[in-house]
Amino acid sequence: MLEIKNLHTSVLDIDDSEILKGIDLSVGKGEIHAIMGPNGSGKSTLANVLMGRFDYVVTEGEITLDGESILDLRPDQRAHLGMFLAFQYPAEIPGVRPWQFLKAALDSKAEARGEEKMTVRNFSKLFDEKVGAVGINPTLVKRSLNEGFSGGEKKRNEMLQLEVLQPTLAILDETDSGLDVDALRIVAEGVNSMRSPGRSFIVVTHYQRLLNYITPDVVHILVNGKIVNTGGPELALEVEKDGYKKYLVTSEATA
Amino acid sequence: MTNQNTISRESDLSGGEYKWGFVTDVETDLAPKGLSEDIVRLISSKKGEPEWLLEWRLKAYRYWVGLNEADAEPDWAMIEYPKIDYQDIYYYAAPKGTNEAPKSLDDVDPKMLETFEKLGIPLQERAALAGVAVDAVFDSISVATTMEKQLGELGIIFCSFSEAVKNHPDLIKKYLGSVVPYTDNFFAALNAAVFSDGSFVYIPPGVRCPIELMTYFRINTEGSGQFERTLIVADKGAYVSYLEGCTAPFRKTSQLHAATVELIALDDAEIKYSTIQNWFPGTPDGEGGVYNFVTKRGRADRNSKISWTQVETGSAITWKYPSVILRGDNSVGEFFSVALVNNHQQADTGTKMIHIGKNTKSTIVSKGISAGKGNNTYRGQVQIMPGAENAVNHTQCDSLLVGDECGAHTVPYIEVRNPTARLEHEASTSKVSDDQLFYLMARGLSEEEAHHMIITGWSRDVIKELPFEFALEASQLLKVSLEGAVG
Ligand SMILES: Nc1ncnc2c1ncn2[C@@H]1O[C@H](COP(=O)(O)OP(=O)(O)OP(=O)(O)O)[C@@H](O)[C@H]1O
Ligand SMILES: [Mg+2]
Repeated sequence: MLEIKNLHTSVLDIDDSEILKGIDLSVGKGEIHAIMGPNGSGKSTLANVLMGRFDYVVTEGEITLDGESILDLRPDQRAHLGMFLAFQYPAEIPGVRPWQFLKAALDSKAEARGEEKMTVRNFSKLFDEKVGAVGINPTLVKRSLNEGFSGGEKKRNEMLQLEVLQPTLAILDETDSGLDVDALRIVAEGVNSMRSPGRSFIVVTHYQRLLNYITPDVVHILVNGKIVNTGGPELALEVEKDGYKKYLVTSEATA
Repeated sequence: MTNQNTISRESDLSGGEYKWGFVTDVETDLAPKGLSEDIVRLISSKKGEPEWLLEWRLKAYRYWVGLNEADAEPDWAMIEYPKIDYQDIYYYAAPKGTNEAPKSLDDVDPKMLETFEKLGIPLQERAALAGVAVDAVFDSISVATTMEKQLGELGIIFCSFSEAVKNHPDLIKKYLGSVVPYTDNFFAALNAAVFSDGSFVYIPPGVRCPIELMTYFRINTEGSGQFERTLIVADKGAYVSYLEGCTAPFRKTSQLHAATVELIALDDAEIKYSTIQNWFPGTPDGEGGVYNFVTKRGRADRNSKISWTQVETGSAITWKYPSVILRGDNSVGEFFSVALVNNHQQADTGTKMIHIGKNTKSTIVSKGISAGKGNNTYRGQVQIMPGAENAVNHTQCDSLLVGDECGAHTVPYIEVRNPTARLEHEASTSKVSDDQLFYLMARGLSEEEAHHMIITGWSRDVIKELPFEFALEASQLLKVSLEGAVG
């Protein structure tokens, strides 16, 4: 489904700002990949670049989705292809209701794909159902999008969007950070229930804890802009125990 | 747009972004250009006005001449425009054959009805269905007033200003100029001298007007000014919600619009006045457009409330400060405004809240959006007079910048002459952030949709004050007005 080859990325308009330094990653249909790594190693940058954020430039390498390059596509076009990013730090948008925002998102996706728009009535039903499923306080969705939401509420709101939009490739950037135990279980249940042969996940996390609930097919360790190790779920346990020390030494040695 | 001839002639001016820019081919009855006592007399006689009104106009005219000779056109606002040649303007332009106000819709020139249809005005049955009564002012003459009968049964008067002069002279005589005297300012004096028509509303004591009243203004004739006058009186305990909308065709030359609006809320009454102002803003290069110099003021008696809501997206220049004189105890004044400037538009707008009575309360929410090379100034004055015990004002004044070439300015004046007053002032300036744009686009919204959503969301506190149908229209207008600034 997703192929990343030798991806190098810098910050737009800043010299010598390379963050991703040659990433290779291949995510097959129906797979769940976990990415772990120390603070500042480039995990969010990778997630943002995959989604097409403007302030990064890809200086080398290729990203393809189902065999087609997506490098020239805008974020909205990538979303229309079924990509989704649950943000580590979701933006606050004053005066915009989550309901209105999600309906507009679904509508533009339907329009781009030449599909029928969902009726307001059906959408309302779906929305209410998902609000219940992710355990968002219903008064919250009457407020402005993310404005004044607590950290955990923001993350639940990202899950709500994930469940309504039903993407085929979902990237979750630390959606488990800042969550209480119940919320953590909700995130895991959400991912597990959406898990299907046609849908893939990239889950960025600092905690092995989440991987107790979501069993990843592959775990990658990202250090200093490079994937330094790839393995099965046992890799996460090892990181939990030993940290990233051994990778930091080798990555500095090779840098 | 069906008026092919005119469209092809006019559309090269603007890149086609202003979709209200069609011109209607109706024969027009024009008085010669220029301003003189004779013109004032001509306007008055065309309208068959009584002597006292002519006298009032002439006094206003002479006062204006004095100001003009003293070069007293206001120059304190943050707007720049070439000197207006007041002798190069038509002060009277009426569609031919409408010297007599039409008796029913059947008497109205079908071409004109077509224009209003293009404007999306629900004029005929649609009006009744939508529960809207419309008074449409085309250049200078009020064309058709709908639902007059239904309103009449409640004793509500909603008609053109000229008709009111004929049929309700006592009310006009009592209230005309009582809130905005012709001596108030340069443009108020000009308007008083040459105003051609406008709307009049009277709601009897204790009556709640069951529908929104609405007037649409449109300038059609090239080189003509529009000087309409609106007078709304809500008698004791009455309520009315009134909306005005404005458009004008593409014109390479600028057009002058100097209107006056007076509101009178007697004891316990409430007036809600909403404006969607979409006069032609000029071409993207800054040619043409309407100069919008407007004086709007309300008088609030005991326990009454006056609320101004405005969405200003049009005009090359906007100069307007809808105000409330809170002279009755416990009276309330509100001002909710969104002003959007794009390309070379300039807006200097705000409000004046003058607290005279005890326990008077005012709220000001101003949202200025600047895009392109636009310049947006909020100018507000809150005055607490010595007798205004326990007056309260809350002012919130936000600016949003789209791009790097636009400007936003805030000029608040506060004068407090009673120590019991409580005033709060909040101000903010923000930009549409990349984080917000990326967030929305990552969910599938185009860049334009994302901007539109951020901007209407940001303006929500004001837009939600508009009657529902107009809230949608306002949001659409913000979108259209931003075209070219984003993407
Ligand atoms: N737009 C930017 N401008 C400048 N530096 C940036 C930018 N984006 C990322 N960086 C830098 O790139 C590095 C990687 O950042 P990134 O956010 O991808 O880390 P991360 O692995 O997600 O970290 P964390 O675990 O703390 O979330 C950091 O040093 C960060 O400061
Ligand atoms: Mg991160």
